Amino acid sequence: MDELFQSRRMWRRHELKPHYDVAIVGAGVHGLATAYYLAKEHGVRKVALLEKGYLGCGSSGRNTAILRSNYRTVEGIPFYELSLKLYEQMSAELGWNVLFSQCGHLTLAHNDSGVAGLRVRAENNQLLGVDSRIIYPAEIRRLVPALDVSSGAHWPILAALYHPPGGIIRHDAVVWGYARACDALGVEIHPFTEVTGMETARGRVERVRTTRGDLAAGAVVNCTAGWASTVSQMAGVPLPIVTHPLQACVTEPLKPFLHHVIVSATLHVYVNQTDKGELVIGAEIDPYQSYSFRGTLPTLEQMATYTLELFPQLHGLRVLRQWAGVCDITPDFAPIIGRAEDVVNFYMDVGWGTYGFKAAPGSGKLLAALIATGRAPELLEPFAPGRFRQGRLVGEKAAAAVSH
Amino acid sequence: MSFLIPCPHCGPRSVYEFRFGGEARKRPAPEADAAAWAEYLHVRRNAAGVQTEWWFHRAGCRQWFQAERHTVTNHVRRAFRVEEETGRDAL
Ligand SMILES: Cc1cc2nc3c(=O)[nH]c(=O)nc-3n(C[C@H](O)[C@H](O)[C@H](O)COP(=O)(O)OP(=O)(O)OC[C@H]3O[C@@H](n4cnc5c(N)ncnc54)[C@H](O)[C@@H]3O)c2cc1C
Ligand SMILES: [Zn+2]
Repeated sequence: MDELFQSRRMWRRHELKPHYDVAIVGAGVHGLATAYYLAKEHGVRKVALLEKGYLGCGSSGRNTAILRSNYRTVEGIPFYELSLKLYEQMSAELGWNVLFSQCGHLTLAHNDSGVAGLRVRAENNQLLGVDSRIIYPAEIRRLVPALDVSSGAHWPILAALYHPPGGIIRHDAVVWGYARACDALGVEIHPFTEVTGMETARGRVERVRTTRGDLAAGAVVNCTAGWASTVSQMAGVPLPIVTHPLQACVTEPLKPFLHHVIVSATLHVYVNQTDKGELVIGAEIDPYQSYSFRGTLPTLEQMATYTLELFPQLHGLRVLRQWAGVCDITPDFAPIIGRAEDVVNFYMDVGWGTYGFKAAPGSGKLLAALIATGRAPELLEPFAPGRFRQGRLVGEKAAAAVSH
Repeated sequence: MSFLIPCPHCGPRSVYEFRFGGEARKRPAPEADAAAWAEYLHVRRNAAGVQTEWWFHRAGCRQWFQAERHTVTNHVRRAFRVEEETGRDAL
């Protein structure tokens, strides 16, 4: 019996070695994707993933798993589109079903400025080849009959940005699929191995201290999302990041009635129905900085209130669970990916805020190329750590703040 | 987790009555160079531990003050009027 289970393990345990080519801190979806592409596309196989908890214990196991590429900026759109395409191929690529359902994604506008914002996005999306367009109440009603599109609603729905390829994936399956593939390529996954400090000298990270011993690495990569600042400080690299909790909840299951992801930035809420029939409801970030994982009643009330504005027929529906994850918010709602300006072997893939799950395959692939070749792929350049010093911010807030 | 903040004017009130103003940082001199100002604008310590931060009592006295809070437990150690602690120069 024992052996049967042994042979089915998706990743093996290892002793920690004194040296690796690349040490990645944080085994969420970003750390895993980076390790996967380093090993698969660049033959860099002495890679260690150092994770303080279990795999997927961070936001990668706490998110609401919405994938889309209908962002606002010319920098963001092709970057997210690359990831969406990679997600479309992922089940085949990993030989592992990640349950990606491209059910379609609607972002609602309830006032004129909201409609104007969606117009900009639709135009930019179409110019860059992303399937995205504005639709109006008659078509919205046809697509989502359950939605209250009456003009008598408190916040009448004037238009929506419709993004057919957007949808929902099984987040745990992505994490486990990558972990399994990494293991097969020789990457070492070290759960319950917390990085506690770093020694730097001559502008390099010379040693990485962990709760299971010290190691050295040619490159050290920070993929710790909500904890990014704490790990970056170990290397003496300051970050323009503030950590906020983000909450979500799930209700008891209902018969299938909602087939799209519905987002309203004005109402600070988004809703979709899972294949099991539950409604997954998300909110905006907590209004203060914190590393706390506790849910709050005011946020639950807000999620319930605004969900009922969109779907009044759901009153009386019971909530099963509520939870929180911690998010690394940047000033421009765009990620920070690249090599630290002053520490030559310290890389980062952070600042993923409330929207990073959808971006993991693309950023992992591009960051792996940067680490392996020393040259930043063009798509990565706008997200370089130096942009804040140079005043070249990206400006993705309008398409990223609540829509995740 | 929601928590209470002991407003120096109004006493303990729900955090949802307040507006969060970010960690307290020292503003560069007006003649400081662009790099110093870029750092002041964007870089944050983002401590996982006790930090001194700004709060505004939106639904109360409508005054700005500072508090020391543990950002992992959300425990507020104390809240105080900045003028009284450090003098106006600190602002
Ligand atoms: C409620 C919620 C809903 C969301 N919804 C969406 C969504 O619909 N779509 C979307 O695209 N994104 C969404 N996000 C955001 C998304 O989940 C994250 O951006 C993404 O998962 C970040 O992945 P990551 O691998 O960078 O970080 P994580 O998965 O958080 O992994 C970081 C890892 O680093 C580890 N770590 C931290 N410190 C150390 C240390 N010192 N040593 C070792 N390990 C350490 C942590 O334990 C953790 O496992 C949501 C987030 C939340 C919280
Ligand atoms: Zn007050």
